[in-house]
Amino acid sequence: MAEIEILDCGAATTIQDAGRYGLQRFGVGPAGAMDRDSLAVANLLVGNEPGEAAIEFAGIGGRFRVASGEIRIALVGAEAVLSVDGQPVAPFTSVTLRAGDGFSVGPTRSGMFTVLAIAGGLDIAPQLGSRSLHMRAGIGGYQGRGLRAGNTLPLRRDAVDGDDIALIDPPLLESGPIRVVLGPQDDHFTAEGVETFLASTYTVSQQADRMGYRLSGPKIAHADGFNIVSDGIVTGAIQVPGSGEPIVLMADRQTTGGYPKIATIISADLARFAQMRPGSQVSFRAVSVQDAIAAVRSHAKRLAALRDNLRVAGTIDLSSERLLSLNLVGGWVSAAMDASEGAA
Amino acid sequence: MSLPSPRFLACGDTAVTVEFGREISPELNALALGLDAALRDASVPGIVETVPTYRSLLIQFDPLTTTPEEIEAPIRALLATLESRTGARRRWKVPVVYGGEYGIDLEDVAARHAISVNELIKRHSEAVYTVAMLGFLPGFCYLAGLDPSIATPRRTDPRAVTPAGSIAIGGIQANIASLEAPSGWHLLGRTPMRPFMPSRERVFLIDAGDEVVFEPLPAERWDALDKAAAAGEWVAQEVSGG
Repeated sequence: MAEIEILDCGAATTIQDAGRYGLQRFGVGPAGAMDRDSLAVANLLVGNEPGEAAIEFAGIGGRFRVASGEIRIALVGAEAVLSVDGQPVAPFTSVTLRAGDGFSVGPTRSGMFTVLAIAGGLDIAPQLGSRSLHMRAGIGGYQGRGLRAGNTLPLRRDAVDGDDIALIDPPLLESGPIRVVLGPQDDHFTAEGVETFLASTYTVSQQADRMGYRLSGPKIAHADGFNIVSDGIVTGAIQVPGSGEPIVLMADRQTTGGYPKIATIISADLARFAQMRPGSQVSFRAVSVQDAIAAVRSHAKRLAALRDNLRVAGTIDLSSERLLSLNLVGGWVSAAMDASEGAA
Repeated sequence: MSLPSPRFLACGDTAVTVEFGREISPELNALALGLDAALRDASVPGIVETVPTYRSLLIQFDPLTTTPEEIEAPIRALLATLESRTGARRRWKVPVVYGGEYGIDLEDVAARHAISVNELIKRHSEAVYTVAMLGFLPGFCYLAGLDPSIATPRRTDPRAVTPAGSIAIGGIQANIASLEAPSGWHLLGRTPMRPFMPSRERVFLIDAGDEVVFEPLPAERWDALDKAAAAGEWVAQEVSGG
């Protein structure tokens, strides 16, 4: 079977899929790709199921070599350049490589996370139902940990069929406030506290990683202390500890926690939020649960409909001029990032 | 049992929390565990998983196939006939080496309550605990049922690292730490049992709602049992329900 050798990669480079569900009652959080939309699109470009395990990069990319066989890859997510033997690959396009070829993922220019999907997937056994790395538990990923120089990743296929694929008219990320559903503990805050949360602009602090994003900005007033008896958490929950500044709990979060959660980011906006790097401005808008469910359903439909936008690569004009004119160079994050960073 | 009317709290578009109350209490926990068990038997379509806690049950659902409204009706139907969890529970006998390097706070806690170390071990190990919930880390057990006479406020200065298997108390809670972790709890002892061991055929030993009793173990036996546990033996005994 084909193999990819890692020559070099950032310390936070990990294997992630759509997450590990069913074990939260045992204290095992879901982990999984921070940007599930990019995971789905990258997998689409190489003919995989949307939740197939891929390599996730955080900020720093990596250098690789095809050690054996023939592989097909695609990079989607934050703004970073995939290059093959020094030549950049057009965004939203798969590329086929042979034994001896080198490729690299450049540093992230805007956004946080990039996903590299590999046709046929990695030949690494799932652990407890998923290939996602759960760092604290030492399960999933590559032998229970992140990827490092010198690792060799076996693939489930030795060769690929058909042509490389490009996605035409990729969806631009939405801009504007991140939508939330208030609760489960919005009643642990004063009315002014909830108003502060919804009316203010927050900045993503340097403390932003797979566990959570600490935001800085106006302090949110609790009604009656900041400790609660622990209860369950979902990804995207926004807890407010004693400091009054919110923390958004992300894929590597704990399963239970003891701070009141003022609101929860809706599923349709979670990938967009995950791509906000330190320094980004973010504001929140409350929607109803019904609106949130309508949003995630139409979001899922739009992602599924991208299948109709696949074309054989090379049959469409993907010149850099055209991409520049669409403001699409480097993936779909840049336009929305510009919008949110410009909102300061 | 007469039910306080539980609250349904939205956790975005992927979960609801059924909140029975806001305190740590055996009654609220029994309701959360009771609903958890009832839901598992009922297998309501669209429910992905549940997370029982001291006082609530988080119910995660798939928003592409169901809605909170759709699952609320069957949940309310189960609540109407809910009894706090009874019947055959699993009970675990968990070996613990108390004191010394295994439980560095044992003497301090005994002194604080003006009792002997042996009396503290007796009070801690003779209680029958209920596993109220797992959380924080994989396999990390929060236990209800600590003898109130040895309840001890948490340390003001949490330790950055405490060993895997630590048996500790904090306030009126007790725990079994599954992995090395920061902790502000008082360390009374240590068990060689691994509540979570990914390489073992049975990855998790203890579930919420199980019962736990502790069996004091002489320090000389630590090495042998720890070795056996590392090789995949449970070390803890699963005994019949109480």
